[in-house]
Amino acid sequence: MDSFGSDFSSGAAGSGKMDSGTIMEQVKVQIAVANAQELLQRMTDKCFKKCVGKPGGSLDNSEQKCIAMCMDRYMDAWNTVSRAYNSRLQRERARI
Amino acid sequence: MDPQLQQFIEVESQKQRFQQLVHQMTDVCWEKCMDKPGPKLDSRTETCFVNCVERFIDTSQFILNRLEQTQRGRGSLTESMSD
Repeated sequence: MDSFGSDFSSGAAGSGKMDSGTIMEQVKVQIAVANAQELLQRMTDKCFKKCVGKPGGSLDNSEQKCIAMCMDRYMDAWNTVSRAYNSRLQRERARI
Repeated sequence: MDPQLQQFIEVESQKQRFQQLVHQMTDVCWEKCMDKPGPKLDSRTETCFVNCVERFIDTSQFILNRLEQTQRGRGSLTESMSD
């Protein structure tokens, strides 16, 4: 994490307090945070729908177990989709 | 603009478009492929997700192609939407 300024700074970033390297790193972090939030939001939506029936006074044990499994399966699904999409893109690019 | 910044923006934008589509397809394909979440993703379900991605992209391409064809005959899309 010590490369914030050293790889990107060109000295041409002007007199601002942050050089473009730092800005780029910060933007990447923001993007990663936004993606994590999106993932969590959709995962919560899906797992609530699958695991919680008529809402009671608390989440019972079976609901919690279901939600835990659902989270893992959602991640599995996300990774599967990501790989499949990537393969498809490679295939599309290969037939120029 | 700093050319390095320009390239950074292009690369990150493309990465984001990819991420967004993965989010969207996972969402849509979950509805189609997932029954009750189990202790692991069985191969039938995994195959369903893979097929779902392929068919989603096929659908997107189909729509673009057909739109292009019908637009040649009927003028702009917005004209044909006006009723």
